[in-house]
Amino acid sequence: MTGTQAFLRKGRLYMILSLFALFSAFPFYWMVIATFKRDHDLFNPTNNPFVFNEPATMDHLHLLFFETHFLTYLLNTFLVGIAVVVITLVIAVPAAYSLARWARGWGEMLGIGIFLTYLIPPTILFIPLSRFASLLGLQESLWSLILIYPTFTIPFCTWLLMGFFKTIPLDIEEQAMIDGLSRLGAMVRVVLPLAISGILTVVVFAFTLSMHEFIYALTFISVSAKKTVSIGVPTELVRGDVFQWGPLMAGALIASIPVAVVYTFFLDRFIAGFTMGAVK
Amino acid sequence: MTGDTRSGAAGVRDRADLLARFMIMPAIVYIAAMIGFPFVLAILYSLSDATTGDPTLRLVGLRNYKDILADPVFRTSLKNTFVFALVSQSLVIVLSRVLATALMAEFRGKWIARFLIMLPWTAPISLGTIGWLWMFDSIFSPIDWILRRFGLLGVPGALLGPMQNLYWLGEPLLAMASVVIVHVWRLLPLATVIQLAGLSSIPKDLLEAAEVDGARAWRRTLEITIPLTLPIISIAFLFGLVFTFTDMTVVYVLTRGGPIHMTQVLSTWTFFKGIEGGDLAQGAAVSLFMFPVLAGIAALVLRVARRTEVV
Repeated sequence: MTGTQAFLRKGRLYMILSLFALFSAFPFYWMVIATFKRDHDLFNPTNNPFVFNEPATMDHLHLLFFETHFLTYLLNTFLVGIAVVVITLVIAVPAAYSLARWARGWGEMLGIGIFLTYLIPPTILFIPLSRFASLLGLQESLWSLILIYPTFTIPFCTWLLMGFFKTIPLDIEEQAMIDGLSRLGAMVRVVLPLAISGILTVVVFAFTLSMHEFIYALTFISVSAKKTVSIGVPTELVRGDVFQWGPLMAGALIASIPVAVVYTFFLDRFIAGFTMGAVK
Repeated sequence: MTGDTRSGAAGVRDRADLLARFMIMPAIVYIAAMIGFPFVLAILYSLSDATTGDPTLRLVGLRNYKDILADPVFRTSLKNTFVFALVSQSLVIVLSRVLATALMAEFRGKWIARFLIMLPWTAPISLGTIGWLWMFDSIFSPIDWILRRFGLLGVPGALLGPMQNLYWLGEPLLAMASVVIVHVWRLLPLATVIQLAGLSSIPKDLLEAAEVDGARAWRRTLEITIPLTLPIISIAFLFGLVFTFTDMTVVYVLTRGGPIHMTQVLSTWTFFKGIEGGDLAQGAAVSLFMFPVLAGIAALVLRVARRTEVV
């Protein structure tokens, strides 16, 4: 290949990637601009919307943090996320180990059964589950979300962990048992430490998936102080019919970026768990 | 088991069959109680006349299904659900292919490109959609601003008309296009990562051998890359379909089904009927229309997955 050809190829590559990156990241760039733009600048349709025509301002951030429930939304999201992670680990780790190690006929059927729960999405379940929540007296309570979010984290995380456990050779456990550990002891003391990266992945996903969740939170929670960020920002920062664009964009931005950064690190594992080994 | 040398508890700790059952039990109980049972309840609701005011189950047969099938809003929702999912995912497959091929190359600053491209998937969907809500604003839309700048909008005789704005979320066709754009934006990263995994699984020497044999780039793509990655492309397509087919957030945040129900989909219509309108029975019936399609998709996914493992 000649130098010019290589140069052209490189140029084309960067152009394609820039276009895609622009498309993907633009709404977030737009949020950054709106976060720091004065209202007077923001609400002038003849102003160039992509740059600051007037000095930047911290007013929107101030309003967001001190005059809305934004910090409460973050705290609620965090509490729900932690609780969901704990429940998911307690249920999915043993289930995945059991399926990975002892699954013969019935195990395979169960594994497929767990996969098939993808078929019944929140958009079908939220009506009956709203009755559950009200029968248990959990409406307007974060407990309803803590109880219900594992419906999507447990099946997914069980699948993901099953793959991890299968990669740990059985010999290691057998050796530990010869050395005097019980069957259960071998799992807890030998296998779990080896599966720590899988477990960490599950922690990240259970947390990010609960942070992303929208429908259940929208259905069960309507009191402002109990909302999570994913519903609090879109429903509460709109006062009547007036959109508070500055604070709204600031809230969306602040809540999105940290979770996006963490998620990016674990994305490949997410895909592997998700496509059940169809992608190798 | 040698009961004389071990206590009963230690015996249980060594009984693999008991442990297996015991450890899987919580997951089965939870899934049965929180997914299986509510699903049955959804079916029962759809055959009843339950409302949030009077949620007792009195079965009334197929009346709800008859009613919703006669409802024009339901028919629009059903049609939109299919149109949005199929159109957006067809676009996603083509675009993700181009993007994945580009990302196969090694270049400086790859991690930042990857981070930016993944943002729509990694950030919470309701918050990302808010960014789009502002982009599609009826007065301050930056898209309209650019179009005006280039003289395509806002002056007499302009290509897109003399008005100052396109009213993205106010015009039925543009509102539908907006929903599709946001779905494409959201699912493109997922499909790209899946396609990347597929592309990197093709043996390099196979492509090199073809190149040495003089096969041109398009022939290599057509005869090697596409056939070898077809299972993975279909997995990406099917999962994308499931996501867009069942998603409620994009339409809810962007248009709330408007203008005049023109962008309503099954999931949002379920919400507006069943939760906001309080008609649990009809809401449940609307949502169940998603199920046959999802069952079909799952059957296809399992088939593709099984076939891939054989190869």
